[in-house]
Amino acid sequence: MGIKQSFLLALKSLAVSKVRALLTMLGIIIGVAAVIVIISLGDGMQKMMNDQFESLGANLIQVSVWGSGSSRSVAPEDMYKLVADNPDYLRAVSPYVQVSGVSVRSTREAFTPGSILGVSEDYDSIRGMTLSQGRFLQYVDVLRQQKVCVVGSYVNKEYFDGQAVGQQLSIGGYTYIVVGVLSESAESRKGTDDDQIVLPYTNAMSLAGSRVSAYMFTGADKDTASVSRTIIEKRLEKIFGDDDYFMVITSAEMLDIMNTMMNTMMVVLVAIAAISLLVGGIGIMNIMLVSVSERTREIGIRKSLGAKRRDIRSQFIIEAGTTSAIGGVIGIGFGLLAANVAGTLISGLDGAEGFAAVPSLGAIALAFGVSVGVGVLFGYLPANKAAKLNPIDALRYD
Amino acid sequence: MGHLIEFRQVYKIYQMGDTAVHALDGVDITIDKGEFVAIVGQSGSGKSTAMNIIGCLDVPTRGQYFLGGTDVSTMDDDQQAVIRNKMLGFIFQQYNLIPKLNVLENVELPLLYAGVPERERRERARSALERVGLADKSKNLPSQLSGGQQQRVSIARALAGSPSVILADEPTGALDSRTGREVLHFLKQLNREGDTVVLITHDNSIAVMADRIIRLQDGKVIYDGDAHDPRAVVQPHLPGEDEEVGA
Repeated sequence: MGIKQSFLLALKSLAVSKVRALLTMLGIIIGVAAVIVIISLGDGMQKMMNDQFESLGANLIQVSVWGSGSSRSVAPEDMYKLVADNPDYLRAVSPYVQVSGVSVRSTREAFTPGSILGVSEDYDSIRGMTLSQGRFLQYVDVLRQQKVCVVGSYVNKEYFDGQAVGQQLSIGGYTYIVVGVLSESAESRKGTDDDQIVLPYTNAMSLAGSRVSAYMFTGADKDTASVSRTIIEKRLEKIFGDDDYFMVITSAEMLDIMNTMMNTMMVVLVAIAAISLLVGGIGIMNIMLVSVSERTREIGIRKSLGAKRRDIRSQFIIEAGTTSAIGGVIGIGFGLLAANVAGTLISGLDGAEGFAAVPSLGAIALAFGVSVGVGVLFGYLPANKAAKLNPIDALRYD
Repeated sequence: MGHLIEFRQVYKIYQMGDTAVHALDGVDITIDKGEFVAIVGQSGSGKSTAMNIIGCLDVPTRGQYFLGGTDVSTMDDDQQAVIRNKMLGFIFQQYNLIPKLNVLENVELPLLYAGVPERERRERARSALERVGLADKSKNLPSQLSGGQQQRVSIARALAGSPSVILADEPTGALDSRTGREVLHFLKQLNREGDTVVLITHDNSIAVMADRIIRLQDGKVIYDGDAHDPRAVVQPHLPGEDEEVGA
């Protein structure tokens, strides 16, 4: 007996008892829909994170130094030299000093910005920043500790009515002149990159009363990030004589770490959803066992007409597989719908504008394959039971 | 070439607790091609067991059964399935049509399991339905037909595979006497056209439609000969069973 006949026969017996078929499929439908939703949302989240990293600078290498407590420390000049010595792997560097706890006031009011950063004149290119007004910091500002700063678009709008360039800003009691406004990067909201003040790091060091504790490098390429990282690490190790006093993280590696975490999370979630598939499979097995005893006579008739064990077995396996495959298709439909709705809802949230649930073709194919597989797997036992029935007993069965 | 059906000292013994029941107790039967034989006996006589063994639905405990010259008494489930498919056409008391398949699909079943390609299958099933005069009902479901029509469908199904033996187990048992007669006449006609028919029944009035009667009692053959011989329908007198005779 061909697969086509078995398949048509399976459809026929499903059509005869629609409610039962639907209930049988329910576990598979829910399981498959859950898997599709989870994978779609997970992929969407991963894509959003990758995009955000990309905008952060995919070649970014962050160095944190906390020092040994001794007099040994890293001077910004060492790092500049490192870049100059390794043009193939490192493009630029900027010290990175965060200033906190200092009072800030515009000519009108005191306020607390999201962050105050001390950096070098290369920081804008390292982070891919552009300006909407004025200019960025320059070498001479850093060298001479000029009291100039660049502000984010939120600061500009909120405290200077959009006319910050040329205005005065008091930071920690010193009067600074605003020389530039950064382009908007986060819809000018409070606490974001648009709510920051950028100064020469030399000024920031005096304000914060600390040495430079962090650097931002630009690597030459994403693919050579680990080489760039090794170069920096070697140098720092030489200074400190130990690798416990600093940490070097490349964006590429951080992205890897986050992706690994995301993947782990998704595997866990999918595994949970798979429990539903398992339950669905058991449901199919249950109904198939009922179906086998209901159709004992039919099995007897088929055997008396020359059906071999294999024929009977494949008939019931195909029936189980068809049931779960249809369940899988329905589940994929529901899953796509739910993922779409969830994606739309999530993209309406703050900070998730770029989010889109993207169900991959692979995920759909996998979900379908698994649902068919579950049917075949759990259909095997009842099918085998049917195949082994004794034709005489089966024919006499009422 | 020997006989079409040959039982050589066939025993079928069931173990019921401590007692061994001899359903068939050393039976020798031969049936040749083109015969119309009735195997007659009361319930418990062993005729159902004989029919199961002839139909390759069961194997003897002891002895040999040759079908078309092949010893089929030691075959396994799947080998028997092939023999049933190629050599035997069953007609059952309860018709045994599959309710959710239409008439044509029911008739096609043996051909399906024989691996006959779709087009040929369809044609052969149609011509079998024509032989029983039900070609116009091919798209109907069995439940839409009368009992007699359903039994004719099952005859068509038995014929479709061009079997060597048509095995009819109480084919009129579920039919009224007029329809039952029609079915018997049909079997008779098939036999005249060259088919070998083996009829299993408890009813002497039906058995006499055959040319030859084999009467079983307690697992033994007690008569084997011409159906029109008076001794064929005379049963050994058993208390309380007189009414069976010539019913």
